[in-house]
Amino acid sequence: MADCFAFAEFRAGAPRKVAFETVSAARKAADATGGGTVTALCIGGAGIAARAGELGRYGADRVLVVEHPDLARYSPEVFAATAAARLKTGACRAGFFSASAEGRDLAPRVAAALNVGLASDVTSFEVTPEALIARHPVYVGKAIATLRLTGTPALVSLRPGAVTAVEQARSAQVESARPALDPAAAQVKVTDLVQRAATRMDLGEAPVVVSGGRGLKAAENFKLVEDLAAAFGNAAVGATRAVTDDGWRPSSDQIGQTGRLVSPALYVAVGISGAIQHLAGMRTAKVIVAINRDKDAPIFKLADYGIVGDLFEVVPRLTEAIKRIRSEQ
Amino acid sequence: MKIAVCLKRVPDTEMRFAVAPDGKSLDASGLKFDISDFDGYAVEVALRLNEQHGPGEVVAVALGPDALQETLRKALSMGVDRGVHLKADPVPFDGLSIAHALAAELKDQGFDLILFGRVATDTGNGTVGPMTAALLGLPCVTAISKLDLSGGQGTAQRELEGATETVTFPLPAVLTIDEGIARPRLPSLKGIMAAKKKPVESKSAALGTVQLTVDKLELPPERTGGRIVGEGPDAVPELVRLLHDEAKVL
Repeated sequence: MADCFAFAEFRAGAPRKVAFETVSAARKAADATGGGTVTALCIGGAGIAARAGELGRYGADRVLVVEHPDLARYSPEVFAATAAARLKTGACRAGFFSASAEGRDLAPRVAAALNVGLASDVTSFEVTPEALIARHPVYVGKAIATLRLTGTPALVSLRPGAVTAVEQARSAQVESARPALDPAAAQVKVTDLVQRAATRMDLGEAPVVVSGGRGLKAAENFKLVEDLAAAFGNAAVGATRAVTDDGWRPSSDQIGQTGRLVSPALYVAVGISGAIQHLAGMRTAKVIVAINRDKDAPIFKLADYGIVGDLFEVVPRLTEAIKRIRSEQ
Repeated sequence: MKIAVCLKRVPDTEMRFAVAPDGKSLDASGLKFDISDFDGYAVEVALRLNEQHGPGEVVAVALGPDALQETLRKALSMGVDRGVHLKADPVPFDGLSIAHALAAELKDQGFDLILFGRVATDTGNGTVGPMTAALLGLPCVTAISKLDLSGGQGTAQRELEGATETVTFPLPAVLTIDEGIARPRLPSLKGIMAAKKKPVESKSAALGTVQLTVDKLELPPERTGGRIVGEGPDAVPELVRLLHDEAKVL
Protein backbone atom coordinates (compact mmCIF):
# COMPACT_ATOMS: atom_id res chain seq x y z
CA MET A 1 0.00 0.00 0.00
CA ALA A 2 1.56 3.24 -1.10
CA ASP A 3 0.54 6.86 -1.08
CA CYS A 4 0.76 8.83 -4.29
CA PHE A 5 0.83 12.47 -5.27
CA ALA A 6 -0.63 14.39 -8.20
CA PHE A 7 -0.03 17.96 -9.20
CA ALA A 8 -3.37 19.27 -10.46
CA GLU A 9 -2.97 22.14 -12.89
CA PHE A 10 -5.42 25.05 -12.75
CA ARG A 11 -5.73 27.89 -15.18
CA ALA A 12 -8.00 30.92 -14.86
CA GLY A 13 -9.42 29.51 -11.63
CA ALA A 14 -10.51 26.14 -13.03
CA PRO A 15 -8.89 22.70 -13.15
CA ARG A 16 -7.52 21.78 -16.55
CA LYS A 17 -8.32 18.41 -18.11
CA VAL A 18 -4.71 17.37 -17.47
CA ALA A 19 -5.38 17.84 -13.73
CA PHE A 20 -7.94 15.01 -13.85
CA GLU A 21 -5.44 12.90 -15.80
CA THR A 22 -2.66 13.25 -13.21
CA VAL A 23 -5.07 12.54 -10.36
CA SER A 24 -6.43 9.46 -12.18
CA ALA A 25 -2.87 8.25 -12.75
CA ALA A 26 -2.01 8.68 -9.07
CA ARG A 27 -5.17 6.75 -8.16
CA LYS A 28 -4.16 3.95 -10.51
CA ALA A 29 -0.65 3.84 -9.03
CA ALA A 30 -1.97 3.82 -5.46
CA ASP A 31 -4.51 1.08 -6.23
CA ALA A 32 -1.83 -1.02 -7.92
CA THR A 33 0.01 -1.15 -4.61
CA GLY A 34 -3.05 -2.16 -2.60
CA GLY A 35 -4.66 1.26 -2.27
CA GLY A 36 -2.95 4.20 -0.60
CA THR A 37 -3.93 7.80 -0.12
CA VAL A 38 -3.87 10.06 -3.16
CA THR A 39 -2.98 13.64 -2.38
CA ALA A 40 -3.56 16.26 -5.05
CA LEU A 41 -1.95 19.68 -4.87
CA CYS A 42 -3.44 22.67 -6.62
CA ILE A 43 -2.03 26.18 -6.57
CA GLY A 44 -3.73 29.32 -7.81
CA GLY A 45 -5.37 32.63 -7.07
CA ALA A 46 -8.15 33.25 -4.58
CA GLY A 47 -11.25 31.13 -5.20
CA ILE A 48 -9.76 27.93 -6.62
CA ALA A 49 -10.82 25.99 -3.50
CA ALA A 50 -14.38 26.14 -4.83
CA ARG A 51 -13.35 23.90 -7.73
CA ALA A 52 -10.80 21.73 -5.88
CA GLY A 53 -13.38 19.18 -4.74
CA GLU A 54 -13.83 18.07 -8.37
CA LEU A 55 -10.49 16.28 -8.11
CA GLY A 56 -12.13 13.80 -5.73
CA ARG A 57 -14.25 12.47 -8.57
CA TYR A 58 -11.06 11.37 -10.30
CA GLY A 59 -9.58 9.60 -7.32
CA ALA A 60 -8.07 12.13 -4.92
CA ASP A 61 -8.56 11.42 -1.22
CA ARG A 62 -7.07 14.68 -0.13
CA VAL A 63 -6.76 17.94 -2.01
CA LEU A 64 -4.33 20.56 -0.77
CA VAL A 65 -5.26 24.00 -1.97
CA VAL A 66 -2.74 26.80 -1.98
CA GLU A 67 -4.58 30.03 -2.66
CA HIS A 68 -2.66 33.26 -2.92
CA PRO A 69 -3.42 36.47 -4.79
CA ASP A 70 0.09 36.41 -6.31
CA LEU A 71 -0.27 32.83 -7.53
CA ALA A 72 -3.14 33.27 -10.00
CA ARG A 73 -0.43 32.91 -12.64
CA TYR A 74 2.25 30.22 -12.68
CA SER A 75 5.28 30.93 -10.51
CA PRO A 76 7.90 28.27 -11.26
CA GLU A 77 9.92 28.70 -8.09
CA VAL A 78 6.95 28.82 -5.69
CA PHE A 79 5.13 25.94 -7.39
CA ALA A 80 8.29 23.78 -7.43
CA ALA A 81 9.19 24.52 -3.80
CA THR A 82 5.62 23.79 -2.66
CA ALA A 83 5.31 20.55 -4.64
CA ALA A 84 8.74 19.38 -3.45
CA ALA A 85 7.88 20.15 0.18
CA ARG A 86 4.66 18.12 -0.11
CA LEU A 87 6.39 15.18 -1.77
CA LYS A 88 8.98 15.15 1.01
CA THR A 89 6.41 14.81 3.77
CA GLY A 90 5.02 11.31 4.18
CA ALA A 91 6.21 8.25 2.31
CA CYS A 92 5.09 9.08 -1.18
CA ARG A 93 5.70 6.31 -3.70
CA ALA A 94 5.09 8.27 -6.90
CA GLY A 95 4.30 11.79 -8.01
CA PHE A 96 2.47 12.67 -11.23
CA PHE A 97 2.66 15.86 -13.25
CA SER A 98 1.36 16.65 -16.70
CA ALA A 99 3.78 17.07 -19.59
CA SER A 100 1.85 20.26 -20.41
CA ALA A 101 3.74 23.52 -20.97
CA GLU A 102 3.51 24.21 -17.23
CA GLY A 103 4.25 20.65 -16.12
CA ARG A 104 7.27 20.30 -18.41
CA ASP A 105 8.69 23.35 -16.68
CA LEU A 106 7.68 22.32 -13.17
CA ALA A 107 8.43 18.59 -12.91
CA PRO A 108 12.21 18.78 -13.63
CA ARG A 109 12.61 21.49 -10.98
CA VAL A 110 10.84 19.30 -8.42
CA ALA A 111 12.92 16.26 -9.40
CA ALA A 112 16.15 18.24 -8.96
CA ALA A 113 14.99 19.65 -5.62
CA LEU A 114 14.29 16.12 -4.36
CA ASN A 115 17.24 14.59 -6.23
CA VAL A 116 15.04 11.84 -7.70
CA GLY A 117 14.58 10.57 -11.25
CA LEU A 118 11.85 11.88 -13.53
CA ALA A 119 10.34 10.05 -16.49
CA SER A 120 9.03 12.69 -18.90
CA ASP A 121 6.23 12.72 -21.43
CA VAL A 122 5.04 9.26 -20.45
CA THR A 123 2.28 7.56 -22.43
CA SER A 124 1.65 4.60 -20.08
CA PHE A 125 3.07 3.19 -16.85
CA GLU A 126 2.90 0.45 -14.21
CA VAL A 127 4.03 0.35 -10.61
CA THR A 128 5.86 -2.79 -9.50
CA PRO A 129 7.23 -3.47 -6.01
CA GLU A 130 10.76 -2.53 -7.14
CA ALA A 131 10.26 0.23 -9.66
CA LEU A 132 7.96 2.37 -11.69
CA ILE A 133 7.98 1.26 -15.31
CA ALA A 134 7.04 3.90 -17.87
CA ARG A 135 6.79 4.07 -21.63
CA HIS A 136 7.94 7.17 -23.43
CA PRO A 137 8.31 7.92 -27.14
CA VAL A 138 11.92 8.72 -28.09
CA TYR A 139 13.68 9.75 -31.30
CA VAL A 140 10.70 11.94 -32.18
CA GLY A 141 8.31 9.03 -31.85
CA LYS A 142 10.28 6.67 -34.08
CA ALA A 143 10.99 4.40 -31.10
CA ILE A 144 9.40 3.67 -27.74
CA ALA A 145 11.54 3.37 -24.63
CA THR A 146 10.44 1.36 -21.62
CA LEU A 147 11.97 3.14 -18.67
CA ARG A 148 12.74 1.99 -15.15
CA LEU A 149 12.58 4.54 -12.38
CA THR A 150 14.18 3.48 -9.15
CA GLY A 151 14.24 5.84 -6.22
CA THR A 152 11.34 7.19 -4.21
CA PRO A 153 9.25 9.11 -4.92
CA ALA A 154 9.31 8.18 -8.60
CA LEU A 155 8.28 11.23 -10.60
CA VAL A 156 6.41 11.05 -13.89
CA SER A 157 5.10 13.65 -16.30
CA LEU A 158 2.25 12.35 -18.43
CA ARG A 159 1.68 13.25 -22.07
CA PRO A 160 -1.64 15.13 -22.15
CA GLY A 161 -4.42 12.87 -23.38
CA ALA A 162 -2.36 9.67 -23.16
CA VAL A 163 -3.81 8.62 -19.79
CA THR A 164 -7.59 8.70 -19.57
CA ALA A 165 -9.17 10.53 -16.66
CA VAL A 166 -11.52 8.04 -14.99
CA GLU A 167 -14.45 9.23 -12.91
CA GLN A 168 -15.29 7.30 -9.79
CA ALA A 169 -17.42 7.54 -6.67
CA ARG A 170 -15.05 9.18 -4.26
CA SER A 171 -15.02 12.49 -2.51
CA ALA A 172 -11.95 14.33 -1.40
CA GLN A 173 -11.18 16.14 1.77
CA VAL A 174 -10.16 19.66 0.79
CA GLU A 175 -7.57 21.37 2.97
CA SER A 176 -5.99 24.73 2.65
CA ALA A 177 -2.18 24.90 2.59
CA ARG A 178 0.52 27.54 2.36
CA PRO A 179 3.14 28.07 -0.33
CA ALA A 180 6.59 26.79 0.69
CA LEU A 181 8.19 29.96 -0.67
CA ASP A 182 6.93 33.52 -0.33
CA PRO A 183 5.73 34.54 -3.84
CA ALA A 184 7.36 37.93 -3.29
CA ALA A 185 10.76 36.20 -3.02
CA ALA A 186 10.48 34.53 -6.46
CA GLN A 187 13.06 35.68 -9.02
CA VAL A 188 11.17 34.49 -12.09
CA LYS A 189 7.84 36.26 -12.42
CA VAL A 190 5.07 35.71 -14.94
CA THR A 191 3.96 39.26 -15.60
CA ASP A 192 1.39 38.63 -18.29
CA LEU A 193 -0.70 35.81 -19.72
CA VAL A 194 -2.51 36.44 -22.98
CA GLN A 195 -5.10 33.87 -24.03
CA ARG A 196 -5.40 33.28 -27.76
CA ALA A 197 -8.83 32.84 -29.35
CA ALA A 198 -10.46 31.46 -26.24
CA THR A 199 -13.40 29.96 -28.11
CA ARG A 200 -11.24 27.30 -29.72
CA MET A 201 -10.28 24.08 -28.01
CA ASP A 202 -6.64 23.56 -27.19
CA LEU A 203 -4.73 21.06 -29.32
CA GLY A 204 -3.57 19.10 -26.30
CA GLU A 205 -7.02 18.79 -24.78
CA ALA A 206 -9.33 18.32 -27.74
CA PRO A 207 -10.58 14.75 -28.32
CA VAL A 208 -10.51 15.48 -32.06
CA VAL A 209 -7.78 17.30 -33.97
CA VAL A 210 -8.28 18.38 -37.58
CA SER A 211 -5.01 19.41 -39.22
CA GLY A 212 -4.20 20.97 -42.53
CA GLY A 213 -1.12 20.87 -44.72
CA ARG A 214 0.21 22.35 -47.93
CA GLY A 215 -2.50 20.53 -49.85
CA LEU A 216 -4.85 23.33 -48.84
CA LYS A 217 -2.91 25.55 -51.25
CA ALA A 218 -3.64 28.88 -49.52
CA ALA A 219 -4.16 30.31 -46.05
CA GLU A 220 -7.80 31.19 -46.71
CA ASN A 221 -8.62 27.58 -47.55
CA PHE A 222 -8.02 26.69 -43.91
CA LYS A 223 -11.67 27.63 -43.55
CA LEU A 224 -12.44 24.09 -44.76
CA VAL A 225 -10.43 22.69 -41.86
CA GLU A 226 -12.04 25.07 -39.40
CA ASP A 227 -15.53 24.23 -40.64
CA LEU A 228 -14.83 20.52 -40.20
CA ALA A 229 -13.49 21.13 -36.70
CA ALA A 230 -16.57 23.21 -35.88
CA ALA A 231 -18.83 20.41 -37.14
CA PHE A 232 -17.21 17.98 -34.68
CA GLY A 233 -17.81 20.48 -31.91
CA ASN A 234 -14.99 19.02 -29.81
CA ALA A 235 -12.10 19.57 -32.20
CA ALA A 236 -9.01 21.76 -32.32
CA VAL A 237 -7.25 22.90 -35.48
CA GLY A 238 -3.63 22.00 -36.13
CA ALA A 239 -1.19 22.51 -38.97
CA THR A 240 2.04 21.18 -40.43
CA ARG A 241 5.33 22.97 -40.14
CA ALA A 242 5.30 23.89 -43.82
CA VAL A 243 2.07 25.75 -43.21
CA THR A 244 3.19 27.57 -40.06
CA ASP A 245 6.54 28.43 -41.69
CA ASP A 246 4.60 30.05 -44.52
CA GLY A 247 2.60 32.06 -42.01
CA TRP A 248 -0.75 30.53 -42.98
CA ARG A 249 -1.25 29.62 -39.34
CA PRO A 250 0.43 30.76 -36.08
CA SER A 251 3.43 28.67 -35.04
CA SER A 252 1.51 27.64 -31.91
CA ASP A 253 -0.71 25.50 -34.18
CA GLN A 254 2.19 23.43 -35.43
CA ILE A 255 1.98 19.70 -34.75
CA GLY A 256 5.22 17.80 -35.09
CA GLN A 257 8.74 17.21 -33.89
CA THR A 258 9.35 20.88 -33.25
CA GLY A 259 5.75 21.73 -32.36
CA ARG A 260 2.98 20.21 -30.30
CA LEU A 261 2.81 16.48 -29.56
CA VAL A 262 -0.82 15.39 -29.51
CA SER A 263 -2.66 12.14 -28.75
CA PRO A 264 -6.33 12.78 -29.58
CA ALA A 265 -8.94 10.05 -29.96
CA LEU A 266 -9.32 11.07 -33.60
CA TYR A 267 -6.84 12.87 -35.85
CA VAL A 268 -7.96 14.04 -39.28
CA ALA A 269 -5.11 14.94 -41.63
CA VAL A 270 -6.25 17.12 -44.50
CA GLY A 271 -3.88 17.67 -47.40
CA ILE A 272 -0.94 16.42 -45.34
CA SER A 273 1.62 14.19 -47.05
CA GLY A 274 3.03 12.84 -43.79
CA ALA A 275 6.61 14.08 -43.39
CA ILE A 276 8.45 12.43 -40.48
CA GLN A 277 8.60 15.80 -38.74
CA HIS A 278 4.78 15.90 -38.69
CA LEU A 279 4.19 12.22 -37.88
CA ALA A 280 6.34 12.66 -34.76
CA GLY A 281 3.68 14.93 -33.33
CA MET A 282 0.57 12.83 -33.98
CA ARG A 283 1.42 9.18 -34.43
CA THR A 284 0.12 8.33 -30.95
CA ALA A 285 -3.41 9.43 -31.92
CA LYS A 286 -5.84 6.57 -31.38
CA VAL A 287 -7.49 6.78 -34.80
CA ILE A 288 -6.02 8.57 -37.80
CA VAL A 289 -7.95 9.62 -40.90
CA ALA A 290 -6.17 10.99 -43.95
CA ILE A 291 -7.57 12.83 -46.92
CA ASN A 292 -5.05 13.39 -49.69
CA ARG A 293 -4.97 13.53 -53.44
CA ASP A 294 -1.78 11.46 -53.73
CA LYS A 295 -2.45 7.78 -53.04
CA ASP A 296 1.27 7.20 -52.40
CA ALA A 297 1.50 9.87 -49.68
CA PRO A 298 3.25 8.43 -46.55
CA ILE A 299 0.33 9.52 -44.35
CA PHE A 300 -1.75 6.67 -45.81
CA LYS A 301 0.67 4.10 -44.37
CA LEU A 302 -0.09 5.42 -40.90
CA ALA A 303 -3.75 6.31 -41.30
CA ASP A 304 -6.39 3.86 -40.12
CA TYR A 305 -8.78 5.18 -42.74
CA GLY A 306 -7.88 7.07 -45.88
CA ILE A 307 -9.75 8.75 -48.67
CA VAL A 308 -7.82 9.41 -51.86
CA GLY A 309 -9.24 12.44 -53.54
CA ASP A 310 -9.52 16.16 -53.90
CA LEU A 311 -9.82 17.59 -50.41
CA PHE A 312 -11.82 20.54 -51.79
CA GLU A 313 -14.55 18.04 -52.66
CA VAL A 314 -14.11 15.51 -49.86
CA VAL A 315 -13.84 17.81 -46.84
CA PRO A 316 -17.08 19.78 -47.37
CA ARG A 317 -18.94 16.47 -47.81
CA LEU A 318 -17.38 15.12 -44.61
CA THR A 319 -18.26 18.33 -42.76
CA GLU A 320 -21.92 17.92 -43.79
CA ALA A 321 -21.93 14.26 -42.71
CA ILE A 322 -20.40 15.06 -39.29
CA LYS A 323 -22.88 17.91 -38.78
CA ARG A 324 -25.74 15.51 -39.50
CA ILE A 325 -24.40 12.92 -37.04
CA ARG A 326 -23.81 15.52 -34.35
CA SER A 327 -27.31 16.95 -34.75
CA GLU A 328 -28.72 13.47 -34.09
CA GLN A 329 -26.61 12.95 -30.94
CA MET B 1 28.49 38.80 -21.80
CA LYS B 2 29.75 35.37 -20.95
CA ILE B 3 27.33 32.74 -22.24
CA ALA B 4 27.42 28.96 -22.03
CA VAL B 5 25.44 26.87 -24.51
CA CYS B 6 24.85 23.25 -23.62
CA LEU B 7 24.68 20.99 -26.65
CA LYS B 8 23.70 17.42 -27.31
CA ARG B 9 24.90 15.21 -30.12
CA VAL B 10 21.92 13.28 -31.45
CA PRO B 11 21.20 11.02 -34.41
CA ASP B 12 19.56 12.66 -37.40
CA THR B 13 15.88 11.81 -36.95
CA GLU B 14 15.26 11.55 -40.69
CA MET B 15 17.27 8.31 -40.68
CA ARG B 16 15.86 4.81 -40.55
CA PHE B 17 16.31 3.46 -37.04
CA ALA B 18 17.04 -0.07 -35.84
CA VAL B 19 17.39 -1.39 -32.30
CA ALA B 20 20.84 -2.71 -31.28
CA PRO B 21 21.21 -6.38 -30.20
CA ASP B 22 21.10 -5.35 -26.51
CA GLY B 23 17.45 -4.37 -27.05
CA LYS B 24 18.00 -1.15 -25.11
CA SER B 25 19.78 1.18 -27.47
CA LEU B 26 19.86 2.32 -31.04
CA ASP B 27 21.96 0.53 -33.63
CA ALA B 28 24.37 3.38 -34.34
CA SER B 29 25.83 1.91 -37.52
CA GLY B 30 25.14 4.13 -40.50
CA LEU B 31 23.54 6.86 -38.42
CA LYS B 32 24.49 10.49 -38.96
CA PHE B 33 24.80 12.71 -35.91
CA ASP B 34 24.38 16.43 -35.47
CA ILE B 35 23.61 19.13 -32.90
CA SER B 36 20.09 18.56 -31.55
CA ASP B 37 17.57 20.85 -33.30
CA PHE B 38 16.72 23.17 -30.43
CA ASP B 39 20.34 23.34 -29.25
CA GLY B 40 21.15 24.85 -32.65
CA TYR B 41 18.67 27.62 -31.88
CA ALA B 42 20.35 28.13 -28.50
CA VAL B 43 23.74 28.57 -30.23
CA GLU B 44 22.21 31.17 -32.55
CA VAL B 45 20.67 33.06 -29.62
CA ALA B 46 24.02 33.13 -27.80
CA LEU B 47 25.87 34.41 -30.87
CA ARG B 48 23.29 37.12 -31.56
CA LEU B 49 23.29 38.30 -27.94
CA ASN B 50 27.03 38.78 -28.09
CA GLU B 51 26.73 40.58 -31.41
CA GLN B 52 24.13 42.92 -29.85
CA HIS B 53 25.62 43.43 -26.41
CA GLY B 54 29.25 43.87 -27.33
CA PRO B 55 32.14 41.43 -27.27
CA GLY B 56 31.97 38.60 -24.79
CA GLU B 57 32.53 34.88 -24.82
CA VAL B 58 30.34 32.00 -25.93
CA VAL B 59 31.34 28.59 -24.63
CA ALA B 60 29.79 25.36 -25.92
CA VAL B 61 29.56 22.62 -23.31
CA ALA B 62 28.62 19.09 -24.27
CA LEU B 63 28.57 15.70 -22.62
CA GLY B 64 29.14 12.51 -24.54
CA PRO B 65 31.55 10.16 -26.30
CA ASP B 66 34.72 11.20 -28.17
CA ALA B 67 32.79 11.57 -31.42
CA LEU B 68 31.26 14.63 -29.79
CA GLN B 69 34.33 16.64 -30.79
CA GLU B 70 32.88 16.90 -34.28
CA THR B 71 29.63 18.35 -32.87
CA LEU B 72 31.54 20.90 -30.82
CA ARG B 73 33.58 21.86 -33.91
CA LYS B 74 30.37 22.62 -35.74
CA ALA B 75 29.34 25.01 -32.96
CA LEU B 76 32.80 26.60 -33.10
CA SER B 77 32.49 27.03 -36.85
CA MET B 78 29.19 28.88 -36.30
CA GLY B 79 31.10 31.37 -34.13
CA VAL B 80 31.29 29.88 -30.64
CA ASP B 81 34.64 30.79 -29.02
CA ARG B 82 35.62 27.57 -27.28
CA GLY B 83 34.34 24.14 -26.37
CA VAL B 84 34.24 21.97 -23.28
CA HIS B 85 33.83 18.23 -23.76
CA LEU B 86 32.63 16.33 -20.71
CA LYS B 87 33.47 12.73 -21.48
CA ALA B 88 30.73 10.15 -20.90
CA ASP B 89 30.08 7.04 -22.95
CA PRO B 90 27.31 6.09 -23.04
CA VAL B 91 25.35 9.21 -22.15
CA PRO B 92 22.87 8.27 -19.41
CA PHE B 93 19.17 8.56 -20.21
CA ASP B 94 18.62 10.14 -16.79
CA GLY B 95 18.51 13.93 -17.19
CA LEU B 96 19.30 14.50 -13.53
CA SER B 97 22.54 12.54 -13.77
CA ILE B 98 23.60 14.74 -16.72
CA ALA B 99 22.47 17.89 -14.93
CA HIS B 100 24.78 17.07 -12.00
CA ALA B 101 27.75 16.86 -14.39
CA LEU B 102 26.84 20.12 -16.13
CA ALA B 103 26.21 21.96 -12.87
CA ALA B 104 29.60 20.83 -11.56
CA GLU B 105 31.24 22.23 -14.71
CA LEU B 106 29.26 25.47 -14.95
CA LYS B 107 29.22 26.61 -11.35
CA ASP B 108 31.39 29.59 -10.31
CA GLN B 109 32.47 30.29 -13.90
CA GLY B 110 30.80 33.68 -14.05
CA PHE B 111 28.35 32.93 -16.87
CA ASP B 112 25.66 35.58 -17.34
CA LEU B 113 23.49 33.13 -19.24
CA ILE B 114 23.42 29.38 -19.60
CA LEU B 115 21.38 28.27 -22.62
CA PHE B 116 19.90 24.92 -23.56
CA GLY B 117 17.60 23.72 -26.33
CA ARG B 118 14.05 23.14 -25.07
CA VAL B 119 14.29 19.39 -25.57
CA ALA B 120 16.76 16.96 -27.15
CA THR B 121 15.40 15.11 -30.16
CA ASP B 122 16.82 11.75 -29.00
CA THR B 123 15.42 11.23 -25.50
CA GLY B 124 12.64 13.79 -25.83
CA ASN B 125 12.99 14.49 -22.11
CA GLY B 126 13.51 18.27 -21.94
CA THR B 127 14.63 18.06 -18.33
CA VAL B 128 18.37 18.81 -18.21
CA GLY B 129 18.04 22.62 -18.51
CA PRO B 130 15.67 23.26 -15.60
CA MET B 131 17.38 20.56 -13.51
CA THR B 132 20.79 22.15 -14.02
CA ALA B 133 19.31 25.52 -13.04
CA ALA B 134 17.82 24.05 -9.88
CA LEU B 135 21.14 22.45 -8.93
CA LEU B 136 22.95 25.75 -9.54
CA GLY B 137 20.26 27.72 -7.70
CA LEU B 138 19.80 30.00 -10.73
CA PRO B 139 16.55 31.46 -12.04
CA CYS B 140 15.29 29.55 -15.07
CA VAL B 141 12.77 30.13 -17.83
CA THR B 142 12.01 27.23 -20.18
CA ALA B 143 10.87 26.98 -23.79
CA ILE B 144 11.21 30.65 -24.60
CA SER B 145 10.22 31.93 -28.03
CA LYS B 146 11.28 35.57 -27.51
CA LEU B 147 14.01 37.20 -25.44
CA ASP B 148 14.97 40.73 -24.50
CA LEU B 149 17.79 41.72 -22.15
CA SER B 150 18.52 45.09 -20.61
CA GLY B 151 20.17 46.27 -17.43
CA GLY B 152 20.78 42.85 -15.90
CA GLN B 153 17.13 41.96 -16.33
CA GLY B 154 15.55 39.69 -18.92
CA THR B 155 12.08 39.44 -20.38
CA ALA B 156 11.03 36.32 -22.23
CA GLN B 157 7.91 34.86 -23.80
CA ARG B 158 6.75 31.27 -23.57
CA GLU B 159 4.02 29.60 -25.57
CA LEU B 160 1.51 27.69 -23.47
CA GLU B 161 -1.49 25.73 -24.68
CA GLY B 162 -3.67 28.47 -26.14
CA ALA B 163 -1.84 31.30 -24.39
CA THR B 164 1.40 33.28 -24.32
CA GLU B 165 3.17 34.00 -21.06
CA THR B 166 5.53 36.94 -20.47
CA VAL B 167 8.19 36.23 -17.86
CA THR B 168 10.80 38.48 -16.24
CA PHE B 169 13.98 37.25 -14.57
CA PRO B 170 17.30 38.58 -13.26
CA LEU B 171 20.72 37.58 -14.62
CA PRO B 172 22.56 35.29 -14.30
CA ALA B 173 19.94 32.82 -15.49
CA VAL B 174 19.35 29.53 -17.28
CA LEU B 175 17.12 29.62 -20.37
CA THR B 176 15.85 26.86 -22.62
CA ILE B 177 15.15 27.87 -26.18
CA ASP B 178 12.17 26.98 -28.33
CA GLU B 179 12.32 27.20 -32.09
CA GLY B 180 11.22 30.28 -33.93
CA ILE B 181 13.38 32.57 -31.84
CA ALA B 182 16.33 32.66 -34.24
CA ARG B 183 17.06 30.33 -37.14
CA PRO B 184 20.57 28.87 -36.72
CA ARG B 185 23.16 30.22 -39.13
CA LEU B 186 25.14 27.90 -41.37
CA PRO B 187 28.88 27.76 -40.70
CA SER B 188 30.79 29.89 -43.20
CA LEU B 189 33.98 28.65 -44.84
CA LYS B 190 35.88 31.23 -42.80
CA GLY B 191 34.14 29.98 -39.68
CA ILE B 192 35.07 26.38 -40.47
CA MET B 193 38.74 27.37 -40.92
CA ALA B 194 38.73 29.44 -37.72
CA ALA B 195 37.12 26.60 -35.76
CA LYS B 196 40.16 24.40 -36.35
CA LYS B 197 42.26 26.69 -34.17
CA LYS B 198 39.73 27.20 -31.39
CA PRO B 199 40.34 25.37 -28.10
CA VAL B 200 38.31 22.36 -26.96
CA GLU B 201 39.01 21.17 -23.46
CA SER B 202 38.24 17.53 -22.60
CA LYS B 203 37.62 16.20 -19.11
CA SER B 204 35.64 13.39 -17.56
CA ALA B 205 32.04 14.13 -16.65
CA ALA B 206 31.09 14.10 -12.96
CA LEU B 207 27.77 12.34 -13.58
CA GLY B 208 25.22 12.06 -10.79
CA THR B 209 23.67 8.79 -9.61
CA VAL B 210 21.48 7.23 -12.29
CA GLN B 211 17.88 6.60 -11.20
CA LEU B 212 16.25 6.37 -14.62
CA THR B 213 17.34 3.69 -17.06
CA VAL B 214 16.13 2.17 -20.32
CA ASP B 215 14.83 -1.39 -19.92
CA LYS B 216 13.85 -1.80 -23.51
CA LEU B 217 13.83 0.09 -26.78
CA GLU B 218 11.35 -0.87 -29.46
CA LEU B 219 10.22 0.44 -32.78
CA PRO B 220 6.57 1.43 -32.50
CA PRO B 221 4.12 -1.29 -33.48
CA GLU B 222 3.25 -0.95 -37.13
CA ARG B 223 -0.11 0.72 -37.26
CA THR B 224 -2.68 -1.40 -38.98
CA GLY B 225 -3.13 1.65 -41.21
CA GLY B 226 -2.96 1.77 -44.91
CA ARG B 227 -6.64 1.13 -45.38
CA ILE B 228 -8.04 3.23 -48.18
CA VAL B 229 -11.78 3.55 -47.67
CA GLY B 230 -12.37 4.85 -51.15
CA GLU B 231 -11.80 7.62 -53.63
CA GLY B 232 -13.36 11.06 -53.75
CA PRO B 233 -16.37 12.46 -51.90
CA ASP B 234 -18.43 9.31 -52.52
CA ALA B 235 -16.25 7.52 -49.95
CA VAL B 236 -17.42 9.87 -47.18
CA PRO B 237 -20.51 7.87 -46.04
CA GLU B 238 -18.42 4.71 -45.67
CA LEU B 239 -15.72 6.63 -43.75
CA VAL B 240 -18.31 8.04 -41.36
CA ARG B 241 -19.85 4.60 -40.88
CA LEU B 242 -16.42 3.13 -40.03
CA LEU B 243 -15.63 5.95 -37.62
CA HIS B 244 -18.97 5.43 -35.92
CA ASP B 245 -19.39 1.63 -35.92
CA GLU B 246 -15.83 0.29 -36.02
CA ALA B 247 -13.53 2.91 -34.50
CA LYS B 248 -16.32 4.24 -32.26
CA VAL B 249 -14.91 7.75 -32.21
CA LEU B 250 -18.05 9.59 -33.27
